[in-house]
Amino acid sequence: MKRLSLARIVAVMVKEFTQLRRDRITYAMILVMPLMQLLLFGYAINTDPRHLPAAVVAHDHGRLADAVVATLERTSYIDVRYLPASEGEMDRMIRRGDILLALTIPPDFSQRVLKGDRTQILAEIDATDPIAAGAVSAAVAALPSYAVQQDLRGPAARPAGSPPFEVVVHRLYNPEGITSYNIVPGLLAIILSMTLVMMTSMAVTREVERGTMESLLATPATPFEVMIGKLLPYVAVGIIQTAVVLILARVLFSVPMAQSLAGWFALSVGIVLFIIGNLALGYLISTLVRSQLQAMQVSMFYIMPSLFLSGFMFPFRGLPLWAQAIGEVMPITHFLRIVRGSLLKGQMLGDMGPDLLALGAFLIAVAALTLARSRTTLD
Amino acid sequence: MTERMTAAIDVKGLNKSFGDKRVVRDVSIRVEEGRITGFLGPNGAGKTTTLRLLCGLLTPDSGEGRVLGMDFRTRTEAIKRETGYMTQRFSLYEDMTIEENLDFIARVHELPERRERVAGALERLGLHYRRDQLAGALSGGWKQRLALAAATLHEPRLLLLDEPTAGVDPKARREFWDKIHAMADQGLTVLVSTHYMDEAERCHDIGYILDGRLIVRGTAEEIVSGSGLVTFSGEGPDIGRITRELEKQEGVLSASAFGTAVRVSGADRDALRRAIAPYERGPFAWVEVTPSLEDVFIQLTSRPPDDWLAQ
Ligand SMILES: Nc1ncnc2c1ncn2[C@@H]1O[C@H](COP(=O)(O)OP(=O)(O)OP(=O)(O)O)[C@@H](O)[C@H]1O
Ligand SMILES: [Mg+2]
Repeated sequence: MKRLSLARIVAVMVKEFTQLRRDRITYAMILVMPLMQLLLFGYAINTDPRHLPAAVVAHDHGRLADAVVATLERTSYIDVRYLPASEGEMDRMIRRGDILLALTIPPDFSQRVLKGDRTQILAEIDATDPIAAGAVSAAVAALPSYAVQQDLRGPAARPAGSPPFEVVVHRLYNPEGITSYNIVPGLLAIILSMTLVMMTSMAVTREVERGTMESLLATPATPFEVMIGKLLPYVAVGIIQTAVVLILARVLFSVPMAQSLAGWFALSVGIVLFIIGNLALGYLISTLVRSQLQAMQVSMFYIMPSLFLSGFMFPFRGLPLWAQAIGEVMPITHFLRIVRGSLLKGQMLGDMGPDLLALGAFLIAVAALTLARSRTTLD
Repeated sequence: MTERMTAAIDVKGLNKSFGDKRVVRDVSIRVEEGRITGFLGPNGAGKTTTLRLLCGLLTPDSGEGRVLGMDFRTRTEAIKRETGYMTQRFSLYEDMTIEENLDFIARVHELPERRERVAGALERLGLHYRRDQLAGALSGGWKQRLALAAATLHEPRLLLLDEPTAGVDPKARREFWDKIHAMADQGLTVLVSTHYMDEAERCHDIGYILDGRLIVRGTAEEIVSGSGLVTFSGEGPDIGRITRELEKQEGVLSASAFGTAVRVSGADRDALRRAIAPYERGPFAWVEVTPSLEDVFIQLTSRPPDDWLAQ
């Protein structure tokens, strides 16, 4: 029987501690990771989203119409951000994702309520994300019983149980509230981020660690050539992954893809920008860290918050503003809007404008930083 | 050799520090075209750092000059195109085959007729039947051969070799050097660092670097005769004890046992004779021998360099 040696166990243990202590990033991660996650997610994650953006087109400017809007705002679930002039404008807003609720108040609303006639308010809800849509429709459904009650006294007052008006709810884009319609396109964003950032985050570090950097630098290849050459294969990886996810999304989950050719084109632009942006980010990480282990850790440090703050798991509009601000900086947030917008809402290039610009800006910034960090020497 | 030789390397006042550690100090080096220059010095002397400075892998703190006729600080890219650098540590891709590695090098150098070049290199180095073997699975000596093939694939005019034969068997070492000489005959300039004396003797010129300073320069004979070193060799019993005792004697700069013989060196013949005289009895006899390069270098390493600079 082999003797179990405590001394040898201690020897290995001491060695591990010594190495751990040398690896500053790992050391920092042990403390920073839990701290960041607790603070970030503890405060940011909110399964009861509030202050969701809405727009109202009021064809009636009477007292009662104003009361409906005021009541809606008082719920704290809904913020009426826009009062567009036409329904057309409001349609665009909801398709772009600027608002989750589009409320239309008919011209003779006040008059009919006062007279006790039946009247309806139209509530169109962006149901892409079933969680957010649930919160919006709950707030809207409660409207008739609270709004205008105190405005109706005397003859117009109704007996309890008979609401003064109705709300007709139209759930757009994902009317049945199928969660996978929202999650599966989102997964595309997550899968691409995870694999591409992680894979390329080791691109440079691996060469340094294995010593091959010395040979590579001794060749006439410039840092830019090396970067492009290293990243291009992963563009192909990203495109293959995209194709696989989209096919499975269609076949297994029947995610709607009622795309026109122009719609596919718009989506492709978004996909390519996102893929390259992630690769550049991974490459940047690779130039900042000293070992492959550190590269993995820093990648995780980026990927964790991107799951929570991008709108993948929780409705983006329901996050606190500071969390939304962090989310806006991450390319995944914009890409999520693009994929979901494209697949579920049939967004076109024009609708995606701001998000595509954000992806482009991210890409340029990261690529510039990376090139500034890449060196032709071993110093 | 032609009358007026041009310098492949002509660099002056090279300095490099890591933090506050001065690793290369005021090194000036001139290497004629087609010459093989050996670069010697103890571990940590700054050989690798100097080679890296010359091929643009490190940025010097100061220094100026030309490598292959081009300003070595600004034209690094052009210099890299015509320089082959073989690193001390194997630095090709271990997860690629021999052929794939060479193919990669051929591509980054944009070599015309790539396939033929790679096939030719495989043939010349006797690697053709191992072409599909992963580089990582090669033994040390075969890795060196591959590294040399990679460093010379683009037919450089300057070859920088950093301890190219460490851990290589004698036969392979000899073949290696025959190859280097053959290439030098074609006009290739070689700067090679080594710890082997026999290799140093195979070089046209030698430079000895200590603590970042290039303190001796010349041919092997010049260095030996210029050292003023006197060496005696004695054979007999009890060598180990004698060596240990001699080391501490006045006038002895180094004493070292070689099997049944001991070699002692000193700068002053009379002082050395006085030190070794007591041991000359019975079967033990001293003979004066020509100091070897090794004697000289051991010598250089054990003495503070300021002595030499003062000379
Ligand atoms: N990147 C670096 N950072 C800090 N110090 C370094 C670095 N590279 C080398 N050094 C130091 O510079 C000195 C010279 O190193 P160098 O590798 O040039 O020596 P060498 O002559 O090649 O030695 P050897 O014969 O062992 O290969 C050493 O003291 C080494 O510790
Ligand atoms: Mg070295």
